[in-house]
Amino acid sequence: MNRLAVAAVAIAVIGAVTAPFLLKSFGIYLISMWAVLTVAAIGLNLTLGYAGQISLAQGAFVGIGAYCVGLLTPAGVPYFVAFACAGLLCFGIGWILGYPALRVQHHYLAFVTLAFTTLVFLVLRNEEWLTNGIYGINAIPRPTLLGWSANSALNFYFFSLGMLIAISLATWWLLRSPWGRAFAALRENPIRALSLGLDTRRYTLMAFAIGSSLGGLSGALYAPLVQFIEPSSFALGLSFNLLLMVIVGGSGFFFGPFVGALIAVLLPEWMRIAQGYYLIVYAAMVMMLMAFCPSGILGLIERAIKAAAARGSPAARELSAEEAGP
Amino acid sequence: MASFIQLLVSGLATGAIYALIAVGFTLLWQTSQTINFAQGEFVMLPAFFILAAVDLGAPFWLAALIGIALSVLILGVLFKLIIVDPMLKYGVMPLVISSIALSLFLKESAKDFYSAQAQPFPALVPPIDIHIFEAVISTQSIVVLAVAIATVAALQFLLDKTRLGRCMQATAQNPTLAIILGIPVRRMVLYAFLLNAALVAIASILISPIYLAKFTNGETLGTAAFLAAIIGGFNQVRGAILGGVILGILDNLSAAYISSQYRGAFPLMILIAVILLRPHGLLGRIEERTV
Repeated sequence: MNRLAVAAVAIAVIGAVTAPFLLKSFGIYLISMWAVLTVAAIGLNLTLGYAGQISLAQGAFVGIGAYCVGLLTPAGVPYFVAFACAGLLCFGIGWILGYPALRVQHHYLAFVTLAFTTLVFLVLRNEEWLTNGIYGINAIPRPTLLGWSANSALNFYFFSLGMLIAISLATWWLLRSPWGRAFAALRENPIRALSLGLDTRRYTLMAFAIGSSLGGLSGALYAPLVQFIEPSSFALGLSFNLLLMVIVGGSGFFFGPFVGALIAVLLPEWMRIAQGYYLIVYAAMVMMLMAFCPSGILGLIERAIKAAAARGSPAARELSAEEAGP
Repeated sequence: MASFIQLLVSGLATGAIYALIAVGFTLLWQTSQTINFAQGEFVMLPAFFILAAVDLGAPFWLAALIGIALSVLILGVLFKLIIVDPMLKYGVMPLVISSIALSLFLKESAKDFYSAQAQPFPALVPPIDIHIFEAVISTQSIVVLAVAIATVAALQFLLDKTRLGRCMQATAQNPTLAIILGIPVRRMVLYAFLLNAALVAIASILISPIYLAKFTNGETLGTAAFLAAIIGGFNQVRGAILGGVILGILDNLSAAYISSQYRGAFPLMILIAVILLRPHGLLGRIEERTV
């Protein structure tokens, strides 16, 4: 990481810590939602950005995690046990789903995961004895940590932010490990990775299952944040939304999901003037971004920085011209 | 028995419409590796073109022609030039994302610029019930089936018996070789987009009287088309037809005889079974992997 990136991250962390003191309660709710959805987007970025597989199941994993916590904590199970259960459950389900689904790749996987999301929605809606159906689950308690209660909006924000930072650090460590490098090798050239002796299917499956478990953890934070969950929150729309977040931010960039989730959460608020039209504008923006820079906003920034550096030195100019060439 | 026949016929009619949508979907995939996640919205939209033309005072037959023409222009030509062409060089993934965004764009546009309410849509024939062996069959189902079969037959004739159709097939099977043989490949790809736009417009005219014209229609229709295409085989037109028909019949029968709550789940289970046991679909060819 170069100096510029370190400075950007430092500013972002300071911003994230000071922001809630400048905001009203709805603003704090929004940035808490940002932190929660970013966790899910980080998970999807592992699957999509690093293992190169389109998954439309992330919303369903958020739902499974949310219902796990929403059902266990009112029954008296400590929050952190329920939180761990959500992660493990989604890891297991992700493994079981991925095992057959990853025999086929790319668009097939997109459709299998799409089917899975619809199935999960149907189960959540129809199995009323367990999930209370369309009436949802109410009054989910917020956690208490060694006597410190995360009940107020402000405290819950810091709780989610803390969780986000912990999960980001764990993911950072994972991506630096030999495993993470194997993930990147899969994305860049799966056939070469295979011929270098990587068990590509196993690593793809691992990336998918870990990504799914992060979806579950995100759901485990979502349930106490919203305190009311119902099946339609976790229908296909959420999966599409998470996918767009990762892509808009920049898939394969570590900080892509942070940027993408911020835009997806804040854009409706910024565009209050446009009212119902904001989704049209958002969709048009995504299409334009895909046409001009499929690597997302961070890809755009990276390109701009390289261009600026190229203006400085002739050698760098040649280098960036070479990269832009093919 | 009577109710079984009724369910079978109405299932066949829905299945025939799914088949039309799925055939268009596979045509795009075969000729340009485009996976159109907005295919369902492509079916939703022509109904609104037609309603808008009717609102302006056109008789229904003229409105339908205007609807098909607008659909070919916007969902065929403009879709290819503005969305697909700039993105083909990046590979499959950005185009998938872009078509997901396009589906959102079309859905919200129909909602904001026409209406969020379901709109009644004129039927091709007045719905009269015909009694055959105690079974009650609507004329609507019969007309839907007849139009769908005629459309598919015309398409098959075009693809198999005409020079143009053979050129398109050659383009789908091996673009490089097609270029060497002097086939204008780019134009053939464009024709596939035009055919797809015409197919979705016809499907829209057939399905809207049954489902009403509603901006959310695309979600279920699009999913049905993907499922039909995968179950039947992604790279075969007749696979998509088979997949569509299976899906339509299964949907109706399972809702009636097994569980209406889980009617949406059965096609998905078939999908997962097909992908596990025959990933290339029931009638599909195995695509060789290129290094």
